Amino acid sequence: MQPSGTQIEVADVAARTAAVIASYTHLEGPLLPILHAVQEEFGFVPTESLPVIAEALNISNAEAHGVVSFYHDYRRAPAGRHVLKLCQAEACQSMGSDRIAAMVKTTFGIGFHETSPDGSVTLEPVYCLGLCACAPAAMLDREVIGRLDAEAVDEIVAEVRR
Amino acid sequence: MTPVIYIPKDSGALALGAEKVAKAIEAELKARGETARIVRTGSRGLYWLEPMVEVLTEKGRVAYGPVTAKDVRSLFDAGFLSGDQHHLWLGKPETIPFLAKQTRLTFARCGITDPLSLADYGAHGGLAGLRKALAMTPTDIVKAVTESGLRGRGGAGFPTGIKWKTVLDQVAERKYIVCNADEGDSATFADRMIMEGDPFVLIEGMAIAGIATGATKGFVYIRSEYPHAVAAMQAAIDIARKANVLGTAILGSPNAFDIEVRVGAGAYVCGEETSLLNSLEGKRGIVRAKPPLPAIQGLFGKPTVINNVISLASVPVILDRGAEHYRDFGMGRSRGTIPIQIAGNVKHGGLFEAAFGMTLGEIVEDIGGGTATGRPVKAVQVGGPLGAYFPPALFDTPFDYEAFAAKDGLIGHAGITVFDDTADMLKQARFAMEFCAIESCGKCTPCRIGSTRGVETIDKIAAGVEPAKNLALVTDLCNTMKFGSLCALGGFTPYPVMSAINHFPQDFAPKPMAEAAE
Repeated sequence: MQPSGTQIEVADVAARTAAVIASYTHLEGPLLPILHAVQEEFGFVPTESLPVIAEALNISNAEAHGVVSFYHDYRRAPAGRHVLKLCQAEACQSMGSDRIAAMVKTTFGIGFHETSPDGSVTLEPVYCLGLCACAPAAMLDREVIGRLDAEAVDEIVAEVRR
Repeated sequence: MTPVIYIPKDSGALALGAEKVAKAIEAELKARGETARIVRTGSRGLYWLEPMVEVLTEKGRVAYGPVTAKDVRSLFDAGFLSGDQHHLWLGKPETIPFLAKQTRLTFARCGITDPLSLADYGAHGGLAGLRKALAMTPTDIVKAVTESGLRGRGGAGFPTGIKWKTVLDQVAERKYIVCNADEGDSATFADRMIMEGDPFVLIEGMAIAGIATGATKGFVYIRSEYPHAVAAMQAAIDIARKANVLGTAILGSPNAFDIEVRVGAGAYVCGEETSLLNSLEGKRGIVRAKPPLPAIQGLFGKPTVINNVISLASVPVILDRGAEHYRDFGMGRSRGTIPIQIAGNVKHGGLFEAAFGMTLGEIVEDIGGGTATGRPVKAVQVGGPLGAYFPPALFDTPFDYEAFAAKDGLIGHAGITVFDDTADMLKQARFAMEFCAIESCGKCTPCRIGSTRGVETIDKIAAGVEPAKNLALVTDLCNTMKFGSLCALGGFTPYPVMSAINHFPQDFAPKPMAEAAE
């Protein structure tokens, strides 16, 4: 994942996007797999990638933009070094997910959909991780964490700030 | 004999430290110079006991849990490789009441076998359904599924066999089987558990669906919030392909069927079948108007079976043991078993597969053991974010599609969230509207605009602004959303909202003056 503030050359984006697309064009309905792969490549979906994707799939720029903007997963700017997703759905609410969220927000001094000023973490709400029998739950990058409490939050903070 | 140690690799177990436990056990074995075979399994679904580690000894399988990394040394000291006593000793897993009371048909292997061992799968009854299907005509397979009484486990409860029949009757050069694994409802994790714990059963179910309807291509659309399920399905499909369970000659027969995993992108509405089809096609996940039915014009305009994970994963056992065997479980028009997911503020949370017909009270109090906090139960939400909140006064409602509908609720994907008496039902009603606003695809007005107006109006009630008038407005708005929305997102959001208002009116009443003055 790209740290925030990294400048990527436009020509470079186009070339790297084209390389990514090449491995997916044989699929039926390849747009979502391509966007996932582009995000994997750059850490977000650069605006400069869209015309390249649109051209390759014979769709308009507007259609490509429409798909990117529809889905919560696709980022339009780089995230922090870590992404912390806190589940805010009902099962986690019943176990105090709002208190955990408040604790995390205060500690990092940011709200949901924001990145800490030092670029260490982006905080996001998520609506269900399927860990509802061990709520409240979170996902730090790709690691799942259940039964969040103050101690677990401290561990997450230490991991993020390392 | 070399002892075998089973450690779950299910996301729920991982979230509770199963990886650290596995590492500690490996290190301890090495330090002691002992040998044991470690098998990573799915979860048995007893999440308050996870990570639950099992050891195969001469006395059979013995379980210990919940195990943390720091317990590992004392487990070895106590002789856990021989199944000896320890304060985490649980005995034979099948004798734990939570498991002993279940009827596991769909989840028969989950937590027991190595999810990625086809040999294990076969040794525990896997592929028997597919073999029988290969010897049957498509019409007879569809007939068996219809006669089993299986209804869509995603929530809508539409008879699976009738869907299959419609696709079978279509003449087309290409047909699809789409598995809806976009399990977005809070309190549900049955799909995730099957994909992580017994992925071959889903593959087998999809292959049978393909043979029955003449479809040769399948897609599993898995939500991106489930990276472990995505990895497990992908690995299982690769193994199945190499072993000719998938491919151009299924188990040596002339039937062809292959599966591709697709990953969602964080849109709840893509769990709605037509929205999911658009997403698979690479479009915005906007709901389609029906008709045309997906069974006639579905993915890329071709006839498509679109079923939930659990519906498809229940097919192999139906074909293997016969429609009657499955149909004999259950009550009324709800036949077979249902994997109930008990979640939220509950003492014994987990997966409980049972025949339809248990009462909600039995599930929450007897099986779930009441709240985790030890406080009284205030409400249980059944069926995810679009399901109604039930008060304990309705705990005699049997778990059955029609019985829940009669009480203005739904069983949905069979997830149950328990709340204790600290829950504020106005806040829950507000959240239902807010969630609908966040996740609305935007196609129809009642859902797109109604949800936002709903949040605003509930906020006014909370602030004490003309509460009676605004409550009437919310009720009217819910009526419009229920009957005017294109799909279940806008159409069912009124269930949690209205049930909160009707069953917990005190939470919507103006706050007493003394409290307001504070």
